[in-house]
Amino acid sequence: MTAYLKKIRLTVSLVFFVFIALIFVDFKDYLPSWSNKYILFLEFVPSFFKFLNLFSLGAIGFIVVLALTLLFGRVYCSSICPLGTLQDIIGWISKKINKNKRYKLLKPYKILRYSLLLLSILSVALGSMAVINLLDPYSNFGRISSALVRPFFIWINNSISHSLEKFQIYSLYPYEFKGIAIVLLILPSLFLILVTYLSFSKGRLYCNTICPVGTLLGLVSKYSFFKLTIDKDSCKSCGRCERVCKAGCIDNKNKEIDISRCVSCFNCLSSCPSSGIGYNTPFENRSRKNFSEVEELNISKREFIISTSIFLLGINKLAFAQRKIKSYKNSTVPVLKNNPVTPPGSLGLKHFTGSCTACHLCVSACPTQVLQPAYLEYGLLGIMQPKMDYKKSFCNFECTICSEVCPNGAILPLRLEEKKTTQLGHAKFIKDNCIVYSENTECGACSEHCPTKAVTMVPYNKLNAPLVREEFCIGCGACEYACPAKPYKAIYVEGNPVHKKAKKPEVKKEEQKVDYKEDFPF
Amino acid sequence: MDRRDFIKKSFAASLAAGSTLAMGNYEKIFAAANSLPAAYYDMVAVKGGEPEVMFDKAIASLGGMKRFVKKGQTVVVKPNIGWDVIPEKAANTNPKLVKRVIEHCYNAGAKVVYVFDHTCDNWTKCYSNSGIERAVKDAGGKIVSGASESYYHEVNIPKGKRLNKDKVHELILQSNVFINLPILKHHSAARMTAAMKNHMGLIWDRNYWHQNDLQQCIADFLTYRKPDLNIIDAYNVMKKNGPRGVSKEDVVLMKSQIISTDIVAADAAAAKLYGVEPESIGYIKAAHEMKLGNMDLNKLSINRIKI
Repeated sequence: MTAYLKKIRLTVSLVFFVFIALIFVDFKDYLPSWSNKYILFLEFVPSFFKFLNLFSLGAIGFIVVLALTLLFGRVYCSSICPLGTLQDIIGWISKKINKNKRYKLLKPYKILRYSLLLLSILSVALGSMAVINLLDPYSNFGRISSALVRPFFIWINNSISHSLEKFQIYSLYPYEFKGIAIVLLILPSLFLILVTYLSFSKGRLYCNTICPVGTLLGLVSKYSFFKLTIDKDSCKSCGRCERVCKAGCIDNKNKEIDISRCVSCFNCLSSCPSSGIGYNTPFENRSRKNFSEVEELNISKREFIISTSIFLLGINKLAFAQRKIKSYKNSTVPVLKNNPVTPPGSLGLKHFTGSCTACHLCVSACPTQVLQPAYLEYGLLGIMQPKMDYKKSFCNFECTICSEVCPNGAILPLRLEEKKTTQLGHAKFIKDNCIVYSENTECGACSEHCPTKAVTMVPYNKLNAPLVREEFCIGCGACEYACPAKPYKAIYVEGNPVHKKAKKPEVKKEEQKVDYKEDFPF
Repeated sequence: MDRRDFIKKSFAASLAAGSTLAMGNYEKIFAAANSLPAAYYDMVAVKGGEPEVMFDKAIASLGGMKRFVKKGQTVVVKPNIGWDVIPEKAANTNPKLVKRVIEHCYNAGAKVVYVFDHTCDNWTKCYSNSGIERAVKDAGGKIVSGASESYYHEVNIPKGKRLNKDKVHELILQSNVFINLPILKHHSAARMTAAMKNHMGLIWDRNYWHQNDLQQCIADFLTYRKPDLNIIDAYNVMKKNGPRGVSKEDVVLMKSQIISTDIVAADAAAAKLYGVEPESIGYIKAAHEMKLGNMDLNKLSINRIKI
């Protein structure tokens, strides 16, 4: 049985890794949005917050993980956590580069480790997600995939579709990527550099010193049923297990394993030439037979491309950010917003910023790309939590995808009918910036796009000018996005700190009788 | 270097042939206007039938689709697919009509029929929820994205009063035949939309039109390109809350259709049908005064068909 443990671990981890990466990279929505909740069911931090927010069966993934840890040790860290697998892939590459690479026993860094766990718990207790957002492995993986990997695939897709276009083949279409602000690329990039450095040189050091989930599960795994243990009689102290232990938790000299740091990767089992190391329950102490080295699974070149192309992406992103359109006669009144707009289903600022781990799954899933990571709109502690960016796009009236995919209940499920009357914010009109008033020509782009006709057109001189009826406004931002005034918009959405209920749009039957036998009016 | 250039340039390097970027002379391809024999009606107006039936009758009385589409030609059909709403709300062209028009094109010998729109809402949702993507595929046409700036190429519009250049979708620049297939409806910005206003889905930067006298820009675009045929869907007509519409209650069943080679005349007739005078719509008046078409319906030969 133990001969298969590493193979099982490899297979499971790659399945989780590939699917989780896919849902973040899938910019053409090939994967249905409902599949996300199954794929992410076991991710610890999102599941935990979803449980706090929804208290539902769909959110007990973290309890399952705790149970798994009590049974088998930190299999979460070795198989389920996508960041863990990413580090393994980086470690695997480092071995390919340096054939003589060996791991060795690492210091436990206990103070750092437990202080970071304590800090995470304390900050959550005090209502801030800042520490969790910076350290949670799943959310960090999400941000890396969404901000760094996804653009790369978009770039490949667009390059291919542009070349097919020359031959009048339009079936593979380009994706009009609206980009992510440079400052917000820096944090995921720095994190990736840190994790790459640590895993390249020291294996799973991130998981065993910085990651609060790793530390918590480490505490639990001390009591796990199955444990890796060294059989002091059979062990010949050859040191092979220590050299393959990426967690750096095997002390070959003293024949001991620091189980709180063991991520249950089972590499040691297959390295042991005698039966010196075993995966045992407290009740068994059976000797093991030798078994041949477990063959390593081949990982596609793609992951290699992912990790080496970040530089390229950075340059590409710079080009995105510099796009500007030419100016007419500029508007004059600056737009000052007091509150950012949070997505529909997020209830308001407090709930949203208090539950969102900034994994950016909604950012990846949003079909209009209106959801973008915030910079300082939520304050320094809310950096990277998504906001509705009406400069980039607007919220599709017929869509609730963000509330379907959110894995931690920061955006709660919302029926489409409810969403259509959920007021995220309300439109504000700045007359002096409006083209109808400043240029004296017709425009009406705002009213045209408004799905509830909260922005309507009323006579002004011989023209029509916009009028905002706040009670019908749902704050979707279509008017703000469509407003052609530059550099300052003539209409913008002021966020509601707590979402409100908008009035249903007026529905009045159009009374016009048409007689098909009657002559034409011309 | 903007994003598009970056992608183009970096990709071009990997292509052996440099011929791929040979754009910019599109506007000359279609310099010659269609001169039509006088024997045909200027316009056909039809009412009282289903969209397909009305179109069959109307196009037959104009000499059939063979008059407009020759064997082996490429055709681009431009319906209004601007909004993510269901067909019953009549914010987008009737999918049944779209399907029928494409079938006529193929029967006339078209090599390929493309359909696209630069939508306002998310384009994939517009295409599918309008029912038009399905209709196009059923008829054997090719539905193409209009949502990427890379598809749009700059052209000069020297005769425009406010609009002197624009970026136009390459299907309009490349295809042999351009069929304009709008729906008639209320429009909060332009007051009414039909054929001429439908051109806002051919270009990339609509904001420029809104900034620089929308009504005039709509007329100006015609100095660059007029459709070879305009088919105005007035089967279901949205009378208020346009162009997106709030509910089905905004819609009146008119069961009508207007077909003409003269886009200004077609819009003038549509205005009458809608219930306003053509000269009250800024862009119709402007286009008439620039002699881009005739809004004076008394001076036209019109075939009126009642089913």
